[in-house]
Amino acid sequence: MTPTRKRRLIIISLVLAAVAVAAGLTVLALQQNMTYLYSPSEVEAGEAPTGARFRLGGVVLEHSIKRADDSLQVDFIVTDRFHQMPVKYTGILPDLFREGQSIVASGSVEDGRFVATEVLAKHDETYMPKEVADAIAKAKDTHAAEPGGSH
Amino acid sequence: MIPELGQFALILALLLSVVQCVLPLIGAHSGNRALMAVARPAVAGQTVFVVAAFAILTYAFTSQDFSVAYVAQNSNSLLPWFYRFSAVWGAHEGSLLLWILILAVWSVAVAAFSRHLPADFMARVLGVLGFISCGFLLFTLLTSNPFARILPVPADGIDLNPMLQDPGLIMHPPMLYMGYVGFSVAFAFAIAALLGGRLDVRWVRWSRPWTNIAWAFLTLGIALGSWWAYYTLGWGGWWFWDPVENASFMPWLVGTALIHSQAVTEKRGSFRAWTLLLAIFAFSLSLLGTFLVRSGVLTSVHAFATDPERGVFILVFLAIVVGGSLLIYALRAPRVAGGEPFAPVSRETALLVNNLMFACAAATVLLGTLYPIIGDAFSLGRISVGPPYFAFMFIMLMIPVVLLLPFGPFLKWRQGNPVAAMKSLLPALVTAVVATLLAWLLVGDLPVKALAGTAASLWVGLGILLFALSRWRKAAPGRRFTPEMLGMICAHLGVAVFVAGVMIVESTSIERDVRMVPNQGVEIGSLTFQFEGVHEARGPNFTAEQGTITVTEGGRTIATLHPQKRQYMRNAQVQTEAALKPGVFRDLYVALGEPVGDDGAWAVRIYVKPFVRWIWIGALLMMLGGFVAAADKRFGVVARLRDTSPSARDGSANSPALPDPESPLPNPGT
Repeated sequence: MTPTRKRRLIIISLVLAAVAVAAGLTVLALQQNMTYLYSPSEVEAGEAPTGARFRLGGVVLEHSIKRADDSLQVDFIVTDRFHQMPVKYTGILPDLFREGQSIVASGSVEDGRFVATEVLAKHDETYMPKEVADAIAKAKDTHAAEPGGSH
Repeated sequence: MIPELGQFALILALLLSVVQCVLPLIGAHSGNRALMAVARPAVAGQTVFVVAAFAILTYAFTSQDFSVAYVAQNSNSLLPWFYRFSAVWGAHEGSLLLWILILAVWSVAVAAFSRHLPADFMARVLGVLGFISCGFLLFTLLTSNPFARILPVPADGIDLNPMLQDPGLIMHPPMLYMGYVGFSVAFAFAIAALLGGRLDVRWVRWSRPWTNIAWAFLTLGIALGSWWAYYTLGWGGWWFWDPVENASFMPWLVGTALIHSQAVTEKRGSFRAWTLLLAIFAFSLSLLGTFLVRSGVLTSVHAFATDPERGVFILVFLAIVVGGSLLIYALRAPRVAGGEPFAPVSRETALLVNNLMFACAAATVLLGTLYPIIGDAFSLGRISVGPPYFAFMFIMLMIPVVLLLPFGPFLKWRQGNPVAAMKSLLPALVTAVVATLLAWLLVGDLPVKALAGTAASLWVGLGILLFALSRWRKAAPGRRFTPEMLGMICAHLGVAVFVAGVMIVESTSIERDVRMVPNQGVEIGSLTFQFEGVHEARGPNFTAEQGTITVTEGGRTIATLHPQKRQYMRNAQVQTEAALKPGVFRDLYVALGEPVGDDGAWAVRIYVKPFVRWIWIGALLMMLGGFVAAADKRFGVVARLRDTSPSARDGSANSPALPDPESPLPNPGT
């Protein structure tokens, strides 16, 4: 083998090995860390995975925030204006969290209640995350399609 | 009247950028020296107008001209004077203008310090820079004019986003952009070399300090951003794998690969085509970063401009730049490819592994960042990729880098001796293993991650110090360390410090969110955090609820912290200001949540973050390494900075190489 060929062989085998390892790990890691976003209507319709983690997007329902007296537990309701989902969270909420604000919470459903481990409210008070806006629009469409579903 | 002058200046700059792009490229193609000579004056003229436009926008901010829409949206009569300067780049339009200004500054520097290079090569480099500038000026003028007026003129401005009213923001975007835009020089160089069909080692040597400086600025910019997020966002995290952070991190990863592969190309002539490809990717990812931040296609914690029209423009520009440069690469790369052979164990191989790992890391970050868009486009649902994906992939890819790093300097070019290298590194390995075992036996309950981090940090740090020592022993006094070598040692020590910081802070941080009534205490280890209550406080343009938390250790008060919840006057938004007591070995970090209950109780975050400063100290060492290496005499930057006249060439370094081997001739092969 000429030195050039040998060098090329080394480079190619290194590249192939790296690609194989990287591809394998990537697929594995992606599968484990992908979370989907659902609106309360979709959760209601049973589209969200049971027991697995997902993200819930919607608006914090007015007058629904209730705090515990002795811990940091907060209970509130997330709505897409058609269906509602009670949410439990223990911890400190972001600055922009308030009634009527659109939020994204990650967690899973336990006993009919969404137990959130993280609550995100976006930086701009007027800004609604695109995915939440989409989810609400989608819920609106579904609702309009249902017989007698005028709102 | 004055803001209109600013817009006029931008239009003139656009015209000059077209001149700077078109004429020199035609000149280089046809061998017309007069056309090539247009490049430098065009750069100078364009810079004058860009600087004028930027100065006018700054003036509009300092003079509180609220008839300018951008000023009205991002300033306010109560804004302190220093934030009026940084408010210039506080939102989309102004930060774009900052980008253009920095590109102009880089172009002038390139034009000034490159007089010893062949005229046609320089004409191409400046032409490519002109093309980029033209694209961004067009973008500014068509979609995001910072000088647009607003009628009726509002009595007062809305305010700069409170999140951005912070000393960290003053420096973060300019440094980041110095890095982003700096890669345009390496990019222009790569395209110029491909267009000319030749890759001269001298040109690679010329481009190295530019890449190193750009990389150093980018390192600093990212470190500043991370530090800023740590103390501003109030979550105490230093990295979130947010799309916008990833946008700056991807060019950094490819840039890191690039500075290493450039070293191989310059010294051994190998990896030629690969170096050019990396240069193209580094800059393309910088552009993609701009696209991700500006277009709002991704939900991010700081996507502050959401305008589809802008997104489409940048996407088209990105397609032209990436597609065009890859096409040129495909057509011309075989012509410049080639290099010296090397053995499987050699410094080239070590650097090849570095390059592969960093390129793969950039690819995985890119995949994770774009996956939600891909999912959206193919209707797979609204997906988000969590930080564990990035953390896992990144650590996996960096393990070989960290383990192999100390071998690099000990292996010779072409043919290295693994046994000798291992023998030289044995003390580092033994110390790392013994120290980690001792820590495990003595302290006991340390997590595996912290132990692994300590071992890896010692291995890298001591390995590099051993190299410095052996160099000190072997080489004659005065010739021991070139700045290039010192830069390498410094940056690699930075890696050691960084690794220790990341692994220890990630595994041993204590984070408590607690409900506290006044005069209640919380114990964390040997520390007691005593909540004294909350009272009103005032700033120049905000009121705040300020908490007082006293930290005692062994009965001695070690810190009194004042975290705040700020309410800015022109803004309904509440802003958390964390309070922290920094330390080399641990940070105490306290932030207020919200009032809970009627008894004066507050939700309080209490964090103890060991070694968190090491993350940024490590990054600063890396940055310093980049700058020191760029100052190497072989690159001639220092010599040229001292005297920029064409006669002041560093003879030994730059080998004047006259007559020009190529320039009077028409372009070969066209």
